[in-house]
Amino acid sequence: MSQAPGSVTGVLDLDVLIHAKALTKRFGEFTAVDGISFELRRGEAFGFLGPNGAGKSSTMRMIGCVSPRSGGELSILGMDPVQDGPAIRARLGVVPQEDTLDVELTVRENLLIYGRYFGLPKSVIAERTARLLEFVQLAERAGDQVEPLSGGMKRRLTIARSLINEPEVMLLDEPTTGLDPQARHVVWDRLFRLKQQGVTLVLTTHYMDEAEQLCDRLVVMDGGKIVAEGSPRELIEAYSTPEVLELRFRLSEHDLAAEKVADAPAERIEVLADRILLYVGNGDAALAAVRGLGLEPLTSLVRRSTLEDVFLRLTGRRLEDG
Amino acid sequence: MTAGTLAPAAPRGSLTMAVSAFRFWLVNYRRTWRGTIYSSVLNPVLYLGAMGLGLGTLVDKHGMSRLGGVSYIAFLAPGLLAAAAMQTAMGESTYPVFGSVKWLKTYQAAVATPLRPADLFHGHLLFTTMRLIMNMSVFLATMALFGAVRSWWALATVPVGVLTGLAFAAPIEAFAMTREKEQSFSVLFRFGMIPLFLFSGTFFPVTQLPEWIRPVAYITPLWHGVALCRALSLGTAGLAGSAVHVAYLAALALAGLIAGQRTYRRRLYV
Repeated sequence: MSQAPGSVTGVLDLDVLIHAKALTKRFGEFTAVDGISFELRRGEAFGFLGPNGAGKSSTMRMIGCVSPRSGGELSILGMDPVQDGPAIRARLGVVPQEDTLDVELTVRENLLIYGRYFGLPKSVIAERTARLLEFVQLAERAGDQVEPLSGGMKRRLTIARSLINEPEVMLLDEPTTGLDPQARHVVWDRLFRLKQQGVTLVLTTHYMDEAEQLCDRLVVMDGGKIVAEGSPRELIEAYSTPEVLELRFRLSEHDLAAEKVADAPAERIEVLADRILLYVGNGDAALAAVRGLGLEPLTSLVRRSTLEDVFLRLTGRRLEDG
Repeated sequence: MTAGTLAPAAPRGSLTMAVSAFRFWLVNYRRTWRGTIYSSVLNPVLYLGAMGLGLGTLVDKHGMSRLGGVSYIAFLAPGLLAAAAMQTAMGESTYPVFGSVKWLKTYQAAVATPLRPADLFHGHLLFTTMRLIMNMSVFLATMALFGAVRSWWALATVPVGVLTGLAFAAPIEAFAMTREKEQSFSVLFRFGMIPLFLFSGTFFPVTQLPEWIRPVAYITPLWHGVALCRALSLGTAGLAGSAVHVAYLAALALAGLIAGQRTYRRRLYV
């Protein structure tokens, strides 16, 4: 794949699958998406990271051609979603935030119905169903009703369903929200395999570990705007320090410690309700310096910076706070 | 760069897309059809037995002049057929549609595919039409068994029943797409369907009502369905009168069709 750095060919570049410029979505007086611009290339895993209400889902719905934009430009697979919705959707695979499976039907029937929506012949649907259920590890449940399946199984079935038309782009809105850790890892594993097969992934998440695991490139959204863009590593390098020292003090000493610790040699200090974070180059050296100030934390932890720290730096809030 | 980028899927026609949506309901119906057969058969048998034969014996003793000289069951049966069309249509166009967008969200799943909101609407109207054809046919056959048919024209009560049903289904489905709470439907059934069922000439001629209230009956769609089905079943239908009934019902169905295309789009494309 040729990708000239600084290429300005825009929508004419066939490798650009999605192109958005000043894309805006308003609901009455409320602006959910506030003039965002981005480009997405074939084969990328691209993420929208942000808390609830950042405008991620609204953006995804516009890309999915089920929500008309209020302003700006949007082109998907070289087409306009307003004019060519059905033709674009024929080449997308959508995994919505909320499961929309028909729980009264069987696993197989769900794929059959969906395949027909794409105008696929029955023989093609049957062949793909067998393969896809194998892929999402649900082959032995093919004839079972969907209702009693676990949350993780339903999510995997939704992923299989979204692949029935062999999409060029997959849109995943909060793909693992509400799943337990084990089920999340199974979903991540499947998505990672799809990515390796060359499927372009677009996902939204408010889990920084999900973004780090799956995304080649991501944008951080807050309040309907893009506040930063880059690969997870680039973002961490640009907006955080290599290491973070996390300190916990007795609640009675927390405020006083927060005052005193300001003298420690840190690039930046975040005082949270329960912890104090010191952004530093070397965590162990910083801890020694803190002790040198006569402070003895209850617990201390030295860790590498994550996207969570990037988000905190950019917005002053934690991702889960929403 | 893959060649796939340059090969967009051939666009399918509206009818093909509507048929895809229709088949969704068909797959669902495969699980539930047994239950609906009971109501489709029992409904005419019970009503024609109790009202037609039971009550009818009493009515007929008082003379048949007010009923145009026919037995009560022959008068009643085509009216009940039209009312059954209304009931079938209202059942299909309320909770199943509302549930698809509110509870199961299968409509939201469908619009993520090439299908458009209007295709879903048309697909469900096709399914409602199929259910109406089934129920009307069973009803007419039951009428014949009860000896309540007076003319071969009665065969036309099936398409007229379907049209009567669609005159309800299309506007109500359009309305259902605008609702957030299912309580709207119990109100519709209580204050819409039941009064229409009782006062649209199903059980007695509208001319028995006080004169001032009769125009209300004449503007209700059910009265047109009842009047036309009755005229056909008794073999008394005239061309002009029938044309007015058909035009009125078709106009309502068409208005519902246009409104529904709009309400479906507004609900599913936000």
